Amino acid sequence: MTRQIGYLATIIALAVSIVGLLMAAFGARRRQQALVAASYNAVYANFGLLTVATGAMVYGLVTHDFSIGYVAQVGSRATPMFFTVISLWSALEGSILFWGFVLAGLSAAVVFANRRREGNLVPYAAATLLAIGVFFYLLLVGPANPWHLVSPTPADGPGPNPLLQNHPLMAVHPPLLYLGYVGMAIPFAFAIGALLSGEIDKPDWMVLTRRYTLGAWAFLSLAIMAGMWWSYEVLGWGGYWAWDPVENASFMPWLTATAYLHSAMVQERRGMLKLWNVNLIVGTFLLTILGTFLTRSGVLSSVHAFTTGTIGYYFLAFIAIGLVTTFALVAGNSEKLASEGHLDAPASRETVFLLNNLLLTAFTFTVLLGTLFPLVAEAIKGIKVSVGAPFFNQMTVPLCAALLFLMGVGPSLPWRRTSWEQVKSMVVAPTIGAFVALGLALAVGIRDPFAVATVAFAAWALVCNVREYVIGAGARMKAHGENPAVAVGRLVAANQRRYGGYVAHAGIIMMSVAIAASSSYKYEREATLKPGATLALRNFDLRFKELWGRDEAHRQVIGADVEVLDKQGKVLGTLDPRLNFYPTQEQPVPTPSVRSRPLGDLYLNLMAFTPDGGSATIRAIEEPLVPWIWIGGFVVAFGAVISGWPTRRSQGRRVAVARPVSRGEGWTAPQGVGVATTQGMAQ
Amino acid sequence: MTNPIAPAPRSNKKWVALATVALMLGGFGYLAYGGIGENIVYFLTPGELIQKGDKAVERPVRLGGQVVAGSVVWNADNLDLRFKVTDGQGAEVLVHSRGAPPQMFRAGIGVVVEGKYTRDGVFQSDNLMVKHSNEYRAPNAEEMKHPERLNKTLMRESRS
Repeated sequence: MTRQIGYLATIIALAVSIVGLLMAAFGARRRQQALVAASYNAVYANFGLLTVATGAMVYGLVTHDFSIGYVAQVGSRATPMFFTVISLWSALEGSILFWGFVLAGLSAAVVFANRRREGNLVPYAAATLLAIGVFFYLLLVGPANPWHLVSPTPADGPGPNPLLQNHPLMAVHPPLLYLGYVGMAIPFAFAIGALLSGEIDKPDWMVLTRRYTLGAWAFLSLAIMAGMWWSYEVLGWGGYWAWDPVENASFMPWLTATAYLHSAMVQERRGMLKLWNVNLIVGTFLLTILGTFLTRSGVLSSVHAFTTGTIGYYFLAFIAIGLVTTFALVAGNSEKLASEGHLDAPASRETVFLLNNLLLTAFTFTVLLGTLFPLVAEAIKGIKVSVGAPFFNQMTVPLCAALLFLMGVGPSLPWRRTSWEQVKSMVVAPTIGAFVALGLALAVGIRDPFAVATVAFAAWALVCNVREYVIGAGARMKAHGENPAVAVGRLVAANQRRYGGYVAHAGIIMMSVAIAASSSYKYEREATLKPGATLALRNFDLRFKELWGRDEAHRQVIGADVEVLDKQGKVLGTLDPRLNFYPTQEQPVPTPSVRSRPLGDLYLNLMAFTPDGGSATIRAIEEPLVPWIWIGGFVVAFGAVISGWPTRRSQGRRVAVARPVSRGEGWTAPQGVGVATTQGMAQ
Repeated sequence: MTNPIAPAPRSNKKWVALATVALMLGGFGYLAYGGIGENIVYFLTPGELIQKGDKAVERPVRLGGQVVAGSVVWNADNLDLRFKVTDGQGAEVLVHSRGAPPQMFRAGIGVVVEGKYTRDGVFQSDNLMVKHSNEYRAPNAEEMKHPERLNKTLMRESRS
């Protein structure tokens, strides 16, 4: 029964989407309000139907209804309830279903929020969203059907992939990623809507698109960070990023979305980069689809590659349709996408934004090249190759350093042009900061030139970042007699978008330094220890106490109790790295044990053991600053929240933004950065 | 109509900007092309590795095959591991690895070894991965004919 309800809801959703899509398109074209309104209802109905379908699947999982194909594939009576529920996204079909659910939900939310907006932007955007929906529902009734009947009904199933039921972060990372990935469909839909309705030369769609991109970007940032964290906590190799194709797949749209968030400001401010911005939005969305193709079609070897099948062709066809459609639409709107402004001077904020975009695009191409090269090599020359991590590091670390440099320069320069004196006074403090950090990095023993450069440029960016607050808050303190805390708070509140961006920058700086330090100043040892034996590390000593075993409902656990001592011999605590044996898989899944402190982590992984408990092989890693990667990730997302949080003030401002910016020759750049900060530079 | 003789500073500037961008893209492309050439890791079977001979020596390679029964020599005290990998068609390569093997490592299991083939005919492993799939089975005969397919189901279990 559950199976039939879910399947039926999916099929009806497909039908409703097709009908709704036609109603939206014709309604907009013929200016028939009733049709448009009906298409909005189709969007809402879709959300209802997908909720029913997803609910049915969760119900099927929870009640162990093994007649449902997907439940028979990932369900198991022994799996704890928590992991049973989240196994909704632990394999291909379920994840596509959940994808459809998120898409339907987000579509309903944005259409509802903009239902009263005049013109054809929203109807065409709704049509685009429904078209994307049609694609996913086609997958769900075709190659990725989770509802197929299993007969006779099995008594039990294998349970989800052990790697995916070994850590609670599996409840966090996938939904965040879906919100980020699917979220990028919304700005895409509005860009297509603007092109179709011819409203691409009006500022409306940009305001909406920027806000929605910011939201999706925040989720994607958190998702990438959660994925890194999961990799660190589960895979047992002490790292968090391996330039794995799947990681790259999530990173590429993040890079292009980041580029868009910056270049959108140039368009709002100066009427430039219009065509470029459309390309970035479309590119970001298509990269999310490419990412889904890479991770879900089985063309690449990875922890995320679930099955091989025909599904890949659907994705490639979808990407091709997206590219062709956009190309045709852009060509039809080329006059409206012409630039209104031009660069006045090399030293100006728009130049920095331009360079930032150039670097982020180069970054994206590097990652794309390294990710797709093995596929192309296999298709053309029939050879099996992979691209080593050194390629990515060599190419991207200099780009990161340059981006950090620009992150400092950009906010310090005014729009349009800068005087030589301004540039001179601007570079002094951050240069000192960069050299101090350089010395500090060398002093603590970091020798890797990439890492040293990253730390120096991060310090440069940090000094510039802090200076924005100091100058802005200083001006407020002087003008309004506020105390420093109040001044900073009101400064941020009054310039949400600008200072939200700076908060996000601070998060990126934290992550850069933490990644540079933890990857270059890692201390790693591996040893086979008998009970009572000790192992000396850089800052700690380890003493292996004993091996223990435990039976749990769905697995067997072997753990090693290891005491952590400081160099004076004082016991600081006990860590217990484990190996988990799942009945359905020979290979055990490790649970590393981590002692996390602000200055760094001590990471223990149980590699092997003798069954009589006579010895355990342990890998111990000291990694400085790792927690700051996770903290930095949260700070980035927090910055996005500050930046995008709707307030009455920003609602009022929307009107101000919508007004074309005056480009009269009499307009001069604000003289002092402080003045610029407290006045209307936020937009 | 614009006067064609009059100086056109804007279009000049445009050309300078375009040239700069082209130069940057060119340099970037050159770096990327060279970088990728240096960092390509070939996936080879023992037979292919031996066939390549000198061309495969001292280059990053992923070697895929099956651990030969009776070839495993493991010293737990200094974490020194030696074993042979076969493609099931007669070709064998001796592998030397440092560090504990994954818990499931044993004779007969499918492995992928990342490392370099040295002049003295030993494959020095940086990273030893045991092949294990979600479908929980040993590599079948079909897979042994195409050992590169083993790679599809790898997880990074014992990255070092």
